[in-house]
Amino acid sequence: MTIDPALRDAVLAAIPKLRAFAISLSGNVDRADDLVQETMLRALANIHSFQPGTNLQAWLFTILRNLFRCEYRKRKREVEDVDGRHADSLVSHPEQDSRLEFKELRVALGKLPQDQREALILVGASGFSYEEAAAICECAVGTIKSRVNRARHRLANELSIERAEDLGPDPAVRAVMAGKLR
Amino acid sequence: MNEKTKGSGPDMLSGVSRSTRDGSGALDKETQTKIGQQLRAMYDEVVRQGVPDRFADLLKELERREDEEPKS
Repeated sequence: MTIDPALRDAVLAAIPKLRAFAISLSGNVDRADDLVQETMLRALANIHSFQPGTNLQAWLFTILRNLFRCEYRKRKREVEDVDGRHADSLVSHPEQDSRLEFKELRVALGKLPQDQREALILVGASGFSYEEAAAICECAVGTIKSRVNRARHRLANELSIERAEDLGPDPAVRAVMAGKLR
Repeated sequence: MNEKTKGSGPDMLSGVSRSTRDGSGALDKETQTKIGQQLRAMYDEVVRQGVPDRFADLLKELERREDEEPKS
């Protein structure tokens, strides 16, 4: 079975966004790229189960999210076997990757519960609607809304964003924001 | 005349809005906007990197293997 070239191109075109999502979830470029590669392979192997005309990007994000959660559970089990005491801190705070920008924001994101983090990224950064995010996370629209809301509160606290003129503590963020607002 | 009455008293909330502190209710618009801008800036920084070679190469490799497979 050969892959429809249009579909193949669409999968390839979705990769930058899949990477951004995976890096936001894991906080690590190598882990994220492995995750994207696995997503790509799964998607192409199961391309027949994709319904043409539906949202390919949402379908790919669903695969990636499920893979990440599987891996997360596996890692948690493995770490617990070795040293249960450190398991939670290791898996709930993704390691920081020196190649990544926006350190403060990524650290703050890493402190969010996984459910809230993925909901916030999907809606706040990937540009999915609440409905699409709910489908990707296999939960109710109301659940996504409350997760996004809670995530925003926690981020606001973490980043001490209290005033409009406060552009956040990260110089990289400030530089980008300044460029965008000018 | 007293010009000092405005803005000189101690701020009980010291800059932290109530909704942020107790984690309920809606954040003010500006805070929401700012979080959104920061998230998108972070996200777009990765998106702008495009498709790393390893993914394009992998796809080519998969297609090459498919072409070599005997048709059933």
